[in-house]
Amino acid sequence: MSRPRSRAAILPGLWLAILFAFPFLLVLRLSLSDTALAIPPYAPQIDWSRGLDGLKAFFAALDFEMYRRLGSDRLYFDAFISSLQFAAMGTVLALLVGYPMAYGMARCRPGTRNILLMLVILPFWTSFLIRVYAWVGILKPQGLLNAFLGLLHIPPVDLLYTPAAVQIGLVYSYLPFMVLPLYAALERLDQTLLEAAADLGSPPWKSFWQVTWPLSIPGVIAGCLLCFIPMVGEFVIPDLLGGPGSLMIGRSIWMEFFANRNWPFASAVAIVLLVTLIAPILLYQRQQAKALEAGR
Amino acid sequence: MRRGPSWFNLVSLTLGFAFLYLPIVLLVIWSFNASRLVTVWGGFSTRWYVALLQDSQLLDAAWVTLRIALMSATVATVLGSLAAVALVRGGRFRGRTLFSGMVYAPLVMPEVIMGLSLLLLFVAMRFDRGFWTVMLAHTTFTLSYVAVVVHSRLVTFDKSLEEAAQDLGCTPAQSFLKVTLPNIFPAVLAGWMLALTLSLDDLVIASFTSGPGATTLPMRIYSQVRLGVTPEINAVCTILIAIVATGVIIFSVAQKWSAAGVAKT
Repeated sequence: MSRPRSRAAILPGLWLAILFAFPFLLVLRLSLSDTALAIPPYAPQIDWSRGLDGLKAFFAALDFEMYRRLGSDRLYFDAFISSLQFAAMGTVLALLVGYPMAYGMARCRPGTRNILLMLVILPFWTSFLIRVYAWVGILKPQGLLNAFLGLLHIPPVDLLYTPAAVQIGLVYSYLPFMVLPLYAALERLDQTLLEAAADLGSPPWKSFWQVTWPLSIPGVIAGCLLCFIPMVGEFVIPDLLGGPGSLMIGRSIWMEFFANRNWPFASAVAIVLLVTLIAPILLYQRQQAKALEAGR
Repeated sequence: MRRGPSWFNLVSLTLGFAFLYLPIVLLVIWSFNASRLVTVWGGFSTRWYVALLQDSQLLDAAWVTLRIALMSATVATVLGSLAAVALVRGGRFRGRTLFSGMVYAPLVMPEVIMGLSLLLLFVAMRFDRGFWTVMLAHTTFTLSYVAVVVHSRLVTFDKSLEEAAQDLGCTPAQSFLKVTLPNIFPAVLAGWMLALTLSLDDLVIASFTSGPGATTLPMRIYSQVRLGVTPEINAVCTILIAIVATGVIIFSVAQKWSAAGVAKT
């Protein structure tokens, strides 16, 4: 290439700087103001006309009250812990369901594979909200699941508005995100390695454990991160399927914002959530960058 | 892996796909059920669809959503494709790490955080919240998805074709428009469709950035669903599923056709 294409970055770069990166500073700023300032809830701004004094006044006004409140309120601490638990459990379950699926897909003939691949992607194109809502009809006390259990003479279970329902919803919604990277890793697997292992007398389970599994690790990591990160901040699933007992932090932010109208506090919760997720997000990005460079 | 699936593979595939599809299939069935109850089959009926057509609020919301989605998907496709071109062909330009971070972070950013931060931006800029703010917000989070799709196509596209075009006298812009773009076009189109569906689907970011007069369809569905299962919503969902399924099928057939065409020439 005679000239670099890097100038193509200008427009999207500007767009993202203004609409993605800069707003985080606003969230950070608002999380450091106190509630009194935020009624009506407008972020206090730097008074540029006063120059350096304005900047000083701006920093002097910073206040860690929201974070102190966050630290002292058990409710939010519990919500954080339970979000992490829900997400970790959901990720493990999605892996347990998704790995055999991806493995089975990779072993099908290429024509079948493509159809199955499309079937995994298809739900991703249909509304998330709709798919979560479908579970309400299945899990509710007079729902389909209990009608089915009644036929088998099993006593009904009351799953809707329980943590179990949230867990089912999480696994269900994020399963395609787990299957796709796993499938990509397994499909690329060199068949001759397994044949070599078999020739050398390795039983199938041992070949799986010593050849297939280690080679699929990048897919496992990508799938887990792709599930775990958004699960932690999930709002729709705990809101529609979970009861008051299923605390999740995404829902807390929503409630602080829309019900309590405490914008600075919602911002503080969002910042803490973001800080919690920064390590997995960076890990995911490194993984992604590596995969993309490798594909070059 | 060419050994063919074992019984274990078949069972796990069957159960997995049943899990993925059962709720969707049930919704479609319920939407044609004359009874309000999900466990009682009251006979085939289209009454919920008729009720839908009379729900002007819902139809308004659908129209607003569609306009937002078409506009934001188009802008996001332009920006996302540019971002992908810069990342794949731009070399190691200054700020590349920061740029690729900004492009790919929205993919995994919790929606609640994106929504909140965009809202604060619009408030700080004294934008009236409504149609345009949702459009801007959707463009921002969908452009990353377009960038990923186009990126993965661009890395497999042979750069020497562009160089050949330039050796033959094309300017970089011409070589891009005449050689690169036609080749990555399926990916650009796929990115546009992905951005469109993501925008049509989004509840959280729209709820934060919308204002009075710009209620989107997911917001409307959400407020109804909060009140419990309603058959009209089943009908809306079925229509949406039908649209998406048709779109995906047309798209994949078209892709097969164009692939066959390329193979012939």
